[in-house]
Amino acid sequence: CNSSLRMEPVPGLPLLPGEERVIDKEIIYMCPFSGALKGKVFITNYRLFFKSTDMNKSVLDVPLGVISRIEKVGGATSRGENSYGLDITCKDMRNLRFALKQEGHSRRDMFDILFRYAFPLSSNQSLFAFLNQEKFEENGWDIYDPVQEFSRQGLPNEKWRITANELCETYPSKLVVPCKATDEDLRKVAAFRSRSRIPVLSWIHPENQAVIVRCSQPLVGMSGKRSKDDERYLEIIREANGTSRLTIFDARPNVNAVANKATGGGYEGEDSYQNADLVFLDIHNIHVMRESLRKLKDIVYPNVEESHWLSSLESTHWLEHIKLVLAGAIQVADKVWSGNSVLVHCSDGWDRTAQLTSLAMLMLDGYYRTLRGFLVLVEKEWLSFGHKFASRIGHGDKNHADADRSPIFVQFIDCVWQMTKQFPTAFEFNERLLMVILDHLYSCRFGTFLFNCDSEVKTKTVSLWSFINSDQASYINPFYAVENGCVLYPVASMRHLELWVTYYIRWNPRVRHQHPNPMEQRYSELLALKAQYLKKLEELQLSDTAVHLSNSSAPPTHLTNSSASPTQLVTHLRTSM
Amino acid sequence: MLSTLGGGGGKPAKPSFVSYVTPEEINQTEKECSRKEKHPDLLPGEVIFCSAGPVLKSIKDDLFQRVVYGTLLCTNFRVSFISDEAPSDEEAAQLFKNKLYGENDIPLTCVDHIYGGFDDKKKLIISGFVKNKYPSKIIVCCKDLRLFHFSLAYAKEEDAKKIFQGIVYHCLEPKSLKCVFAFSYGEKTLLNKENQTKPKTVMFDTSEDWAQEIKRTKGNCKLISNNADFSISAKLPQFFIVPTHVTQEDLTKFDGKGIPIWCWSHHSGCALFKTASLPLMQEDASSQLYKSYMEGMLNAVAQTHLYSVKTEELSDSLPTVQDIQQSYSKFKQFFLLDNTNDFWMTDVKWFSSLEGSCWLDIIRQCLAKAVEVVECLEKENTNVLIMEEEGSDLCCVISSLVQLMFDPYYRTLGGFQSLIQKEWVMGGHRFLDRCNHLHLKDKEQSQAPVFLLFLESVWQLQQQYPPAFQFSETYLTVLSDSIDVSVFSTFLFNSPHHMASIAKAMLEPGQRSPVNWPTVWDWSVQFDSRAQDFFINPLYMERSRQDKAPRKMPRPKHQRHQSLPSSAFKFSPSAKKGFLKDETDSLKKMLRVKRLSRWMNSPDSAQASTREFFVAWQRRPLDYHGLLLPCLEGPTLRLWSQRYLRWIPEAQIFGGGSITILKKLADLLAEVQDLRGNLDRQACRADFNHQGVVARAKSSIQLSSAFPFTMPRSRSFKPAIPIGPLHSLITDSLADQEDEENLGIV
Repeated sequence: CNSSLRMEPVPGLPLLPGEERVIDKEIIYMCPFSGALKGKVFITNYRLFFKSTDMNKSVLDVPLGVISRIEKVGGATSRGENSYGLDITCKDMRNLRFALKQEGHSRRDMFDILFRYAFPLSSNQSLFAFLNQEKFEENGWDIYDPVQEFSRQGLPNEKWRITANELCETYPSKLVVPCKATDEDLRKVAAFRSRSRIPVLSWIHPENQAVIVRCSQPLVGMSGKRSKDDERYLEIIREANGTSRLTIFDARPNVNAVANKATGGGYEGEDSYQNADLVFLDIHNIHVMRESLRKLKDIVYPNVEESHWLSSLESTHWLEHIKLVLAGAIQVADKVWSGNSVLVHCSDGWDRTAQLTSLAMLMLDGYYRTLRGFLVLVEKEWLSFGHKFASRIGHGDKNHADADRSPIFVQFIDCVWQMTKQFPTAFEFNERLLMVILDHLYSCRFGTFLFNCDSEVKTKTVSLWSFINSDQASYINPFYAVENGCVLYPVASMRHLELWVTYYIRWNPRVRHQHPNPMEQRYSELLALKAQYLKKLEELQLSDTAVHLSNSSAPPTHLTNSSASPTQLVTHLRTSM
Repeated sequence: MLSTLGGGGGKPAKPSFVSYVTPEEINQTEKECSRKEKHPDLLPGEVIFCSAGPVLKSIKDDLFQRVVYGTLLCTNFRVSFISDEAPSDEEAAQLFKNKLYGENDIPLTCVDHIYGGFDDKKKLIISGFVKNKYPSKIIVCCKDLRLFHFSLAYAKEEDAKKIFQGIVYHCLEPKSLKCVFAFSYGEKTLLNKENQTKPKTVMFDTSEDWAQEIKRTKGNCKLISNNADFSISAKLPQFFIVPTHVTQEDLTKFDGKGIPIWCWSHHSGCALFKTASLPLMQEDASSQLYKSYMEGMLNAVAQTHLYSVKTEELSDSLPTVQDIQQSYSKFKQFFLLDNTNDFWMTDVKWFSSLEGSCWLDIIRQCLAKAVEVVECLEKENTNVLIMEEEGSDLCCVISSLVQLMFDPYYRTLGGFQSLIQKEWVMGGHRFLDRCNHLHLKDKEQSQAPVFLLFLESVWQLQQQYPPAFQFSETYLTVLSDSIDVSVFSTFLFNSPHHMASIAKAMLEPGQRSPVNWPTVWDWSVQFDSRAQDFFINPLYMERSRQDKAPRKMPRPKHQRHQSLPSSAFKFSPSAKKGFLKDETDSLKKMLRVKRLSRWMNSPDSAQASTREFFVAWQRRPLDYHGLLLPCLEGPTLRLWSQRYLRWIPEAQIFGGGSITILKKLADLLAEVQDLRGNLDRQACRADFNHQGVVARAKSSIQLSSAFPFTMPRSRSFKPAIPIGPLHSLITDSLADQEDEENLGIV
């Protein structure tokens, strides 16, 4: 790189420790809302930064990690103004279009550089997270300690033990399994579960001891194989709190579960598991979800579908999928709350299963609704249990059409957002936290969402939670009211589900987002007033007693002074009286 | 309680026509309680027509369906069910109690439809006379979207027949205005003068009110006060304001039609007018008369400010009242659900059903039209004359919306009520016909929820800019309910003349005093002061004193002259011949330029210009006390869920809803106000009579998203679990694919 570039700082261009400028270019940004904007683009090893020459117009600050695809548009023969340039498809619901001069090699240069830095894995380079030198006070990697978290839940206890994971490479290092099951039993069960993802405890109800157990599908296959060990293992789980019937929630639609038999998978048969009830939750697979979000993007970007907004929204099925995921989690939570242990799986137990268990736990356990608790929940149910972030997001990989990509985690965060909308005082964190998590799901600035399962990444990268915890105040919901031991059931009906406009349509300036939130603003104003009045009252009372002590008959001089102040205060009270 | 059956869990609830009580249980209960005749607390002037018992009412309590025994009555005011169960004396239930009618009362004018249940079939009832069998069930759909199921199967046959006929007769058959309960009620009650002033509502029934209003907006028009006896026109109010150049002779020409009635003046000097249009397009002898008259009127309007005027015939671009009625009839059906099954079955296609009704789209069109008018006044400083056939339907909607967007005064509680008085009540909106409270067959065509459409549009504005409104969502919901409570003079008449003539007729038989009809603004008739606290929006920020100084908009003067109207007179070009002939040459020139620009503008560019206007406005910092423009993009127009979902148990979020935040804010606001009161007392050493404005519900009250209209009786731990087909989800090749290419078989 050109070292002189690094020397002159550009006003407004932020640089992270470890971030280096690579190239600058005069360019035209084809903003879909304000039209063509002349300016300069700065590319670093972390971001694409565009500054318009017109100071009042927008700037772009896009981490290269969000780029999923770069295309050249317009050829040497193309006509029309600004038709020659680059089109960049982003993972965060937008496209960026730049127009360049045809002369020289400016487009080729920019394309090559963008390609190299946006898809480092495709050229054996490392992701920015490994170059990031940011330092934070708290090490976010320490936020989740499985032993500590299980002890918060009262584990181990006489029924459940914590064991080291030696069976499954996509599972966390510590597992909670029934005391009655020996390590040998576990090995046998592992042989009957897809990818050895055996049923392990995820959450236990503090009073009724009902548990949420998660796993992958049983390897039943076409021949309808059985495993006595698996059957006995599930019996042990059922007996642990005396549940008469164990409910098995299979997240998939019934037909898909049946179809899985062809590839060696399947579901727990009635005959084999006599004390279990099997419920299919009808949640579709990663491909359907990917397609659904793609359709959603089509109707919100760049312009919001006008004439038939509602039916277009319906035809994307995005909210319907959200409804099904939430409805599934509600059923899980309802069973557990009423004292029945449940087992949750899908095919591999790292996509739909993670959605269901984590959402059910959000409903059941107020701890996960705190800022810290939520981060623990994500670490626990998503990262430690091996949601395949690398494959689902496709970090630094040029294969934008990879069938492994799917917005499963986005869908989960959307479900959480729906819950915070329905229960605006039940969550300690605010919408901003969810937005920041999703932004850094793609950014590759932190190590948190980079890999498919727990790995050595922790020692070499910064955790997103370090960043978040360095500024906790901006993620706190001021309306949060602690309500312990309270189960929250959102209403999984289209009447209440709404599109998360502030996330999905945030690039459109015509859809107004009020910042700061008027409710929060009003609340903090009132809190400030309250503090002010309390202080004033205290002062008055103090001086009052002083006067009474000195001379009770003399006209109280302090009154003339202090009587002015409440009226002054009144002017500050911007309130309906 | 007799039995608890039905719905929760994952199982579909039984349709509500199945009896939930076995005959054994009935007999047992009959033996247990010797039935006593029960009466409700009757209102002044209320009389019971008929009653029957035992009647079963089936209710959905927190998702569980059950039945309650009681007596069903029909009075001259309401259909009332008196439960044998002890009334709940919980604080929660008392908190937002309506003093006129309770949760088991249906004001007669609030009844929308009645269905009869025959075995398991349900039939729409249109008359009290039944050929063969009387229905064993009555299902009453209310205009406030409550739904009642009564079973008459256990009442004596004679009683059942009588109550059925009585209810049907009094709710559905045509009647005369004097039979409306307001007349009996008014005779027996004293007008409460004191309460009317809280909050201060300008009634616009005196010339002073109008004079004050034109002074407030610094308008440049003249007050007409010689219609006090309705000699100019029965369609116009006793007092009204017209452009200065309208002559006395002009006023008496066409029975009030075509007179530009002043609505509001913009700070630049231009003003908004409305009128009932003359039939200009007709090709007969009178049309030439109309045209030249209209030209004169336009001339007069134009002279109000800068010789400019834009006219808008609302019926050209907005839905008709019949469209509005049709759309709403479709729309409201979505909220009158018989059972849990219906709820989930309709959930799948919810968004397309909503769209299919067009109701949200009609709201959007009204808001968009109002923005267009705002643009003319604000950006082009053009006078605007809106017109339609009667000048009292969409004209009222648009003119009130424009004023709400411009004028922060109308966003206060008192201001809003005054606006409705000015534009709707005095503006001669035909409330009686539009509501068709009298069920007159010949008025069925004119029935349309035009006023509700206005309230809906206000709700959209309010939910986009909550801190800008002093009144709450609950206030709007209650106001929309009050339309169908036949007690208030506000919604009872077709015009001020109509009301005056009825009042006069009532006086003639030598009565002591005029009838006292309360106006709806006397909220103490319906709610005690504690319940009225729910009308205040805790997010509302009054403009602070510093801001209150009149602000001059920095507006370069030349801009006014440059800006030209985007369109002007829409009617036939011939109508413009000789326009402004008395004016000077320079004016003519100016006008020609404007006309030219109009012809160059296509409708598309008008829309683009409105969008540009919105974007330009949006770029400026948001001032809750300044001009407010609604965002009209699809996702920003929403369903008024408090009004429409409040009675549906499946749609209730227990422990949630935006009310939980508002409640917190309201509590804090109350605390701050208490502290201030304390401070004042301390400082002044005088008894300061502090009045709280905020609802102080005890925190023990379980909130739900339907608060304060319904409150969960008990903490429900059973969630509503969606049931039903998932047909709508595609099962294409994607759905059949595996999540992973290779399955990890060990």
